[in-house]
Amino acid sequence: MINKILIANRGEIASRIIRTCKKMNINTVAVFSEADEYAPYVKLSDENYLLGASQVNESYLNIDKIIQIAKKANVCAIHPGYGFMSENSQFAAKCKQEDIIFIGPDTDILSKMGDKIIARKLMSKFGVPVIPGMDEAVADVESAIEAANQIGFPVMLKASAGGGGVGMQVVNNESELETAFENNSKRAATFFGDGSMFIEKLLENARHVEVQVLADEFGNAIHLFDRECSIQRRNQKVIEEAPAIFLSEQVREEMGEVSVNAVKQLGYTNAGTIEYLVDEQENFYFLEMNTRIQVEHPITEEITGIDLVEQQINIASGKKLDVTQSEIKKTGHSIEARIYAEDPKTFFPSPGKIVVYEEPVNDYIRIESSVKKDSNVTPFYDPMISKLIVYGRSREEAISRLKEALLNYRIEGIKTNIPMLLEVINHEQFIVGNTPTSFVKQYF
Amino acid sequence: MMTEVKASMAGNMWKIVVKEGDTVDAGQDVAILESMKMEIPIATEEAGTVKEIKVNEGDFINEGDVIAIIE
Repeated sequence: MINKILIANRGEIASRIIRTCKKMNINTVAVFSEADEYAPYVKLSDENYLLGASQVNESYLNIDKIIQIAKKANVCAIHPGYGFMSENSQFAAKCKQEDIIFIGPDTDILSKMGDKIIARKLMSKFGVPVIPGMDEAVADVESAIEAANQIGFPVMLKASAGGGGVGMQVVNNESELETAFENNSKRAATFFGDGSMFIEKLLENARHVEVQVLADEFGNAIHLFDRECSIQRRNQKVIEEAPAIFLSEQVREEMGEVSVNAVKQLGYTNAGTIEYLVDEQENFYFLEMNTRIQVEHPITEEITGIDLVEQQINIASGKKLDVTQSEIKKTGHSIEARIYAEDPKTFFPSPGKIVVYEEPVNDYIRIESSVKKDSNVTPFYDPMISKLIVYGRSREEAISRLKEALLNYRIEGIKTNIPMLLEVINHEQFIVGNTPTSFVKQYF
Repeated sequence: MMTEVKASMAGNMWKIVVKEGDTVDAGQDVAILESMKMEIPIATEEAGTVKEIKVNEGDFINEGDVIAIIE
């Protein structure tokens, strides 16, 4: 039984996790940096502790400090949310060592899936199609050029240890590759402590489709259908939909089966997401596996009625999955728009103080927010300040509800991407569902 | 004439791309700041010679801090 959880995260996801804990009568411990002292999630928790200075190394990435607080507060488990510690195998190992449950998969799975090359090899072995590309990472630009020529330009250059779009770039020719390799390898070394890179064939006009899975410690695994997240800027998602548009029911079923089978063979536990690229012929290829709760998990909750955080906690407590595949049904359509504190044209971040903050309200609107009136959006963390989620009986209805909700969302004092989001959902190609991952680059 | 190149927002100094004594054109990047997980190029408005660099890579920079002086 888990009766007290520390949330090793901040912002909207911390609030989201606390909400489910309250429903389950679990006590919550929040941790915060100096910059987050007045953040809404801190108030929602039963107990809260200062981690340290605002910079992530002193706060949300400080393993020792987080563990120290977890022990002091005497928690049974730590929920890492997404980002920060969520895919850090060292952190998960430290939890285990201290007899604290890490709400996520095993340390071993975290490190395997965190290495793109190993993940690709394993998935391929378990029958998941992979994108044509290299089987080994390269450390120098000469080997990269040789590999790219073999695969054929254009290619996608990726940091082996990367995530969140960092260290990733489309490369069209040799000379582009030379500059791109040096820059991205250096960035990857700074961000992930590993500068090795690898190259895959660039799939043109592909869509980003991901399958949500849940697996328990007894070898049971299910999927909760798919999400399409093709609307991206700077390789980061902006708008997500569930279910994926234009996916035939036959391919949807096949992707679900392939994913569940891989998860079982992997010995995976807890919630996870397998990301794919799907081309125009509906061929799907493994991209990566996210071994944590995703930012966009609410849209799956909206169409299935399953609380994914509750499932995560139950699985981590050693309980058997209480639903079977045939009991999982999807109804309607859900869309999430990520509200970023950024310039809607240049996508440059826009930190500052929020002076007006009014959320749209309706029973088909769900908002997961990090901020309130008078909140300061600081330069220390990701610029996402809120997620606007709508539900509709059809995609058409969901789009029209999202439009209305965005028009009624008032945030002043900082720039937000709301004008850009409205432009996307008003775009005729978006309305007809013609949404390759190049959508934003192509039309904005 | 001296011009101060200032940070347009707060963040970590990721990379300084010029060195003292370099000649720079108006609009050329002097440094790259990392803020909210994004790289923000900081450019000089005036052309000239880099007289002094006031920050180090890895420093935390506040909005309005002087990054470099161009002469």
